[in-house]
Amino acid sequence: MTAAATQSSSQSSPAQAPPLLDIKDVTVSFDGFKAINGLNFQVGDRGLRVIIGPNGAGKTTFLDVITGKVQPTEGKALFKGKDIKSMPEHAIARLGIGRKFQTPRVYLNLTPRENLELSCNRVKTVWHTLFKPTPKAEARTVGGLLQTIGLTANAHTPAALPSLVEKQWLEIGMLVAQSPDLLLVDEPVAGLTDEETERTGDLLLSLAESHGVIVIEHDMEFVRQIAQQNKVTVLHEGSVLCEGTMDEIQNDPRVIKVYLGDPDAI
Amino acid sequence: MSDMTTETSGTETPGITAKAEQSGLAKRWELLIVVAITLIFLFLVPAFISGFRLGLLGRFLSLAIVALGIDLIWGFTGLLSLGHGIFFALGGYAIAMNLQLNTLPEGAIPDFFSLYGVSQLPWFWQPCYSSGFSPVAIFLIPSIIAGLLGYLVFRNRIRGVYFSILTQAALVVFFNFFNGQQKLINGTNGLKTNTTELFGMSVGGNVMQFYFYCATVVFLALAYLLCRWLTSGRFGRMLIAIRDDENRVRFSGYDPTAFKVLVFAVSGGIAGIAGALYTVQSGIVSPQYMSIAFSIEMVIWVAVGGRASLVGAIVGALVVNWGKTLLSEQYPDIWLFFQGALFLIVVTVLPDGIIGWFRYRAKDDLRSLFGKPPVVATYPRLEVDETVRQEADLYGKTQPVDPTTSTAPIKSGENS
Amino acid sequence: MNTLITTLFNGVSIGTVLLIVALGLAIVFGLMGVINLAHGELMMLGAYTTYVVQNGFKTYLGTESQGLYIWAAIPLSFVVAALVGLALERGVIRFLYGRPLETLLATWGVSLILRQFVRSVSWGMVGGLLAFCGLFFGGKWLLGKSARIPSYRQNLVTTGLFLLSGAIAWFVGSNINNDPQLARPWFSARNVDVTAPGWLQGSIRVTAGIQFPASRLFIIVLTLLCLLGVYLFLQKSAWGLRIRSVTQNRDMSACLGIPTAQVDAVTFALGSGLAGVAGFAVTLLGSVGPNLGVNYIVDAFMVVVVGGVGNLLGSVIAALGIGIVTYLLGSGTMVRLLGGADGGAVVSFFDFFATTSMAKVMVFALIILFLQVRPAGLFPPKGRSAEV
Repeated sequence: MTAAATQSSSQSSPAQAPPLLDIKDVTVSFDGFKAINGLNFQVGDRGLRVIIGPNGAGKTTFLDVITGKVQPTEGKALFKGKDIKSMPEHAIARLGIGRKFQTPRVYLNLTPRENLELSCNRVKTVWHTLFKPTPKAEARTVGGLLQTIGLTANAHTPAALPSLVEKQWLEIGMLVAQSPDLLLVDEPVAGLTDEETERTGDLLLSLAESHGVIVIEHDMEFVRQIAQQNKVTVLHEGSVLCEGTMDEIQNDPRVIKVYLGDPDAI
Repeated sequence: MSDMTTETSGTETPGITAKAEQSGLAKRWELLIVVAITLIFLFLVPAFISGFRLGLLGRFLSLAIVALGIDLIWGFTGLLSLGHGIFFALGGYAIAMNLQLNTLPEGAIPDFFSLYGVSQLPWFWQPCYSSGFSPVAIFLIPSIIAGLLGYLVFRNRIRGVYFSILTQAALVVFFNFFNGQQKLINGTNGLKTNTTELFGMSVGGNVMQFYFYCATVVFLALAYLLCRWLTSGRFGRMLIAIRDDENRVRFSGYDPTAFKVLVFAVSGGIAGIAGALYTVQSGIVSPQYMSIAFSIEMVIWVAVGGRASLVGAIVGALVVNWGKTLLSEQYPDIWLFFQGALFLIVVTVLPDGIIGWFRYRAKDDLRSLFGKPPVVATYPRLEVDETVRQEADLYGKTQPVDPTTSTAPIKSGENS
Repeated sequence: MNTLITTLFNGVSIGTVLLIVALGLAIVFGLMGVINLAHGELMMLGAYTTYVVQNGFKTYLGTESQGLYIWAAIPLSFVVAALVGLALERGVIRFLYGRPLETLLATWGVSLILRQFVRSVSWGMVGGLLAFCGLFFGGKWLLGKSARIPSYRQNLVTTGLFLLSGAIAWFVGSNINNDPQLARPWFSARNVDVTAPGWLQGSIRVTAGIQFPASRLFIIVLTLLCLLGVYLFLQKSAWGLRIRSVTQNRDMSACLGIPTAQVDAVTFALGSGLAGVAGFAVTLLGSVGPNLGVNYIVDAFMVVVVGGVGNLLGSVIAALGIGIVTYLLGSGTMVRLLGGADGGAVVSFFDFFATTSMAKVMVFALIILFLQVRPAGLFPPKGRSAEV
């Protein structure tokens, strides 16, 4: 695993090029309730970033803003220097942002191979989908992905049958097949066993070598595994509380206060 | 864990080419079967049944064409339209208007106009003079209207039951429009075609009716092949993907609206052709084709035959309509009871229809009828599961299962 | 001024009819998410109940009690429709929760059966039905009590029992039907008329130029009372609280010990009962026939969709809005307001839509336009629960 090397490259890049994703002063309010409040956030084009925060900190809304599901009330969201604020979801996805949902969402009536092939398709217009057969190169890519996620043997049974972990992996596989520049992964290990969790962590770290990856997670053990030298961002009440390595975060009094309550009050 | 992205270009998946050849062969066989059945219906069937029954069969076959259209959007894409009567009737009106004008001498207008004191042909009748316009109009106008309606609805992400309700409301609107406009389209009386002429022959005559029967068979085969082509390749998988999880489709970079609009328009066009064929064979088109009940009936044909199965749609349309004819001849006053019960039974007991039942449940149901327990299956299949294989190697056991029975059947249920 | 008040009154009057029909739907569809296409038929049952009650009063209490029948008819039509609704929910719909499109088709089947039922119901039919229900459900109950049948044989046994009790019931029914007096259908397919009580037949004079028909006023008052009743029930009663909690979070409610199945049944029965009351209301406006419900059901769904699903206030505003617009267009008031029949293109445009059926066309076009701006209706459902 070469996470350390990845990290150094991602740390040096912001100085030269604009960041891959740049969130500037974004506020999202639902009828006066501010789910996200003046959020500022940046990631580079490689490496892994973990976002943690207590319930209701606005983590999922944050992903919704990046993927275009929710439009920010104020502020700007730039991806590769483009404003994605008013773009529809599919346009943002074509720009290079892939999202994995909290509960695995795959097409249950299609086989894993078909699931991957749909994501792998490069030109996603109606015309192309209708008249062009799947290119050989894409079929090969899909074959390789199936092997990586361990579904080769079941590539031709409908995706409703696999277990939860296989579906989680299938969805991550679909993300990779889409070959985005930025992967957003929402609670990838909820409901998995320890061993499965660790394997998922390794998978995400290997992906971070060539992509930007944002992971949202509650499971602190898992966060420690994948954070390593990578930065961790703590969200609280819709804005960034602090950023830093896992060790810094763990010793930050503000974080302790948010998670455990005010020590003075006890 | 190895790196996924580098490996993707690596291993050649075995069996891809073999599979492609296999599917090509299967396609050729299927085409052969379709052609064979078409020929049987064209040449053999007319020799064996009476002209009256043949007329009925022709009408049922044209209804089977609508069923294909409904299956395309409901069975595969998960959009339940309760408004296909609109497109069906539009196709019927398009051909009826052309036939009416064709029969008349130059410059004359259809008789019914004089009843309402209209002396000038309304503007939208004008293009129907041209005999090149009608064949195009019977599918183009319905699909344009379907596409427009679909665009306005899908664009706002209105789906599920809301879509169904809106299509039903649209149906009521079109019904009211056609029903109320005596001066434009003869209102509730509709337009007759059986008194008109085509190529110098009476449309209601035996010869012409036989030609229409043949045309229906050919169009049904063509519609089947079109739907088969649409649903078998990547496009078809896309439709199923939209049915399963539309948001996932969106986040994968596809625009589901475009796909849905296209497939709805195609479905509307198919319904238009069916409506035209049905009109010329039944002799009249009237606003009754746009009644709420008729459009829901179309849905039940597909449900009875089996959703997401094109053969099922055809079988369902034929079976239900044939049953309707038999029963309503015998017991006219209780036919509605049967029809109502049919809706309930299909939804509760036979959710996958006749074809689906044969495909997934026939074996177990027949077994249980004779008091035998069902066949169980495992996932993953024992012969491919690594752990089982390793253990089999370790303990030297032979592989325990018969590969033909071990795969669990999976319902192609709808996820709405 | 008079025109304005009359227009407003007529619009509101159309709106309240829509509202009282849509009110039950707003509960069943809005709160439970169930598409009940048999809602119109529940209404029709309410209307027929009114007809039966009126005839009963006439036969047994004499003509002088004519004016009183409505006080019995309103609660009875509620009860009849609610009971049928309850049976529908327990018998069919509860197996289909979470499958809205299947629910839609199944309830359409029920609506066909109900429509044919009122056409052909006779003593023979009722006898046969009772025999069937007694034999089939009694038999199932007995078998469940005494015999131990393995689960995979259940189907076989149920099928056998069904066929057996069906055959016996058929025999019983046709035996009763041998007597021509008993075989005669109760209502037949013809429309029947309900005579409104005398005090509802006149008009009430407000000023010299303005008269309001009493029956219309009565419907407005009845709708307001129903609305108030539903509001109080949902907001103040224990069952109302349960219904609201199940609407918001079914799983959590179940965990907290709320009997969700019972709540579903109560909610559905309430919505159905309101359909029955609506059925009573429309008897004041016209004759009663088996196809009564179909004429209202689509409009009622439109009201709920425009108002925003799950929001009573939205339904109220939508119903009144649609009512007023329909009246403005359909009665030709729009044409008159714009200055008569010879006022140019705009007027002739409105003139084209100045019939009841064409007004519907226009109103639907407006609804589609409205949904382009607000796809989820006037008051869209909020928060994460709104996502599908």
